[in-house]
Amino acid sequence: MDIQFFIELFFGGLTRGSIYALIALGYTLVYGIIELINFAHGEIYMLGAFTALLVAGALGIYGFPAGGILIVAALVAIVWCAAYGYTLEKVAYKPLRGAPRLSPLISAIGMSIFLQNYVLLAQTSDFVPFPRLLPEMEFLAWVDYIMGPSDFLILTASAISMGALWLFIRHTRMGKAMRATAQNRKMALLLGINADRIISLTFIIGSALAALGGVLIASHMGQVNFGIGFIAGMKAFTAAVLGGIGSIPGAMVGGLVLGLAESFTTGYFSGNYEDILAFAILILILLFRPDGILGKAKVQKV
Amino acid sequence: MLELIGVNTFYGNIQALRDVSLHIDEGEIVTLIGANGAGKSTTLMTICGINTPRSGEIVWDGKPIQRLAPHEIVRLGISQVPEGRLIFPDLSVRENLELGAFLRNDPAGIRKDRDYVYDLFPILAQRANQSGGTLSGGEQQMLAISRALMARPRMLLLDEPSLGLAPIIIRQIFAIIRKVNENGTTVFLVEQNANQALRIANRGYVMENGRIAMADTAAALLQSEQVRKAYLGM
Repeated sequence: MDIQFFIELFFGGLTRGSIYALIALGYTLVYGIIELINFAHGEIYMLGAFTALLVAGALGIYGFPAGGILIVAALVAIVWCAAYGYTLEKVAYKPLRGAPRLSPLISAIGMSIFLQNYVLLAQTSDFVPFPRLLPEMEFLAWVDYIMGPSDFLILTASAISMGALWLFIRHTRMGKAMRATAQNRKMALLLGINADRIISLTFIIGSALAALGGVLIASHMGQVNFGIGFIAGMKAFTAAVLGGIGSIPGAMVGGLVLGLAESFTTGYFSGNYEDILAFAILILILLFRPDGILGKAKVQKV
Repeated sequence: MLELIGVNTFYGNIQALRDVSLHIDEGEIVTLIGANGAGKSTTLMTICGINTPRSGEIVWDGKPIQRLAPHEIVRLGISQVPEGRLIFPDLSVRENLELGAFLRNDPAGIRKDRDYVYDLFPILAQRANQSGGTLSGGEQQMLAISRALMARPRMLLLDEPSLGLAPIIIRQIFAIIRKVNENGTTVFLVEQNANQALRIANRGYVMENGRIAMADTAAALLQSEQVRKAYLGM
C-alpha cells in the first residue's frame, strides 16, 4: 500500500470532516436543547459563504491585503449568520413551541427552501468564484502533497473554534446553564435560568460555527453556490447522528469519522460512492445504533 | 408573605387546582398533605410560574406574581426542590450547586452559602467532583435541597423530600428542614408522609381532588379523626 497516498487521504478526510463537525455542532446543540432537527441549518452555512463572498468583493475593490480581507469577511459572515440564526428561531420555531413536534420540523424545511430560493433570486443560480485570499505558507512546503494553505486553515480554525466551544460549555456560567437546560429544562427554569435566552444562545453559537465552516469551504473550493448548504447540511446531520445527536463531542467525532470514511472511499474505490456512503451510514446508524457513537441510550420520557 | 387566592389551574381541559386558597407567613413551616394526584405538585409548580393559573391570584409581599416568568419568581426569593429531585445527572455536584446560585452575583456570598450547605451535608463536600447521577437517592435529595438553598431563598418549597428514602435518611432530611427554617427560611412542605410533615410543621393544609379540604394547625390535624384515618393509617 502506498503510504503517502494513505496520508494524503487521511488529511483530506480530516479537512472535510472538520467542516462536517463545525456544521454538525449546530444540529446537535439545538437538538440537545429543544429536540428539534433544524433543517435550515445547512442554509446558514451557505449564507456564511455568500456573506464572505460579498464582503470580500467589496473590500477587494478598496485594495485591502488579501489575508486581512479573509479575516474581516469571515468575521462579518459569522456575526451576520449568528443574527440570521437568532432571527430564524424567533420567526420560525419560537411561535411553534408547545405545538406537536412535526410542526417545527415542517417549519424548518420551509425555512430551508425559503433561504435557498432567497439567495437564488438575490444572487444567482451559477457557481460564483470565491477569490483566492490565502497567502502562500512557506512552512507547509515540505508537506505540500498532503496539505495546502487552505487545508491548514480549515484544520486550525476548526480546532480552535471547537476548543473554544468546549471551554465555553464546560467552564462558563452560560455554558453550564446550557448543559443544565439540555439535561432538564423544567429544573433549569426552577433555578431561574431563562430558557428563551439559552435557546437563542444555542442558535447564535451554532450559526456562527456553520458560518465559519461556510467561509472556510468557500475559500478552499474557490466557488460558492446557493445549493451547497443542502448537501453539506445533510452530511453534517449524518455526522451528528453518527456521533450521537445531542452530544457535543459526538458531533466532533461523527464529523471526523464521516470525513475520513468519505475520503478513503473516494481514494480507494470511487468518488461516485461518496454521497451514497454518507447516507448508507445514516441508515445503518438509525437501524442499529440510533444513539450514535457517543450518545447515551435515552429512556423515552413519560 | 405568600398567599394563593382562589387559584384554578388547568392542564388542557383537565382542572388540576380548584379554587385553591392558602397562605404562608414569614418564618413558618407550612405543610400541604394529600393523596397522589390531589394537586400538591401542581400547587408548587403554579407558585413557581411553570404552570400559569387560569384564574385567581398569587400574592407575594403584597404584589400579584401569577403572570411572572419562572426566573422572575426565583429572583423574588422563592426556590423549589421538585419531586424526584431533578438533579442534573451529567453535571458535577459542585456544578449543580453553582447553578443553584445562577441568578446571584456575589461570589463571596455564594462561597459562604456553599460552605453552609457543605456544613449541613458534609457528604456533598466529599462528592463535589462526582457527577450528580452517581449519587444515591438520599444524597441526591441532599443535593437538591442544597442547590435550592444556594439561591439564598426567603421561601423554600419542598415537594415530597422523603419519597423513596430510607427512614434514617428521612429523619436526617427532616431535621435539616427544621434547621433551615430556624436559620430564617420560610418552608412550604408538600408531603405524602403526613405524619412526619405534621410533626415539624406549624400549620397544615389537606388537599383532595384539587381542593383544599381542611386547614388547621399541625397539632390539630395530627389529632383530627379524619386525617388520622385517611393519611396516617390509624
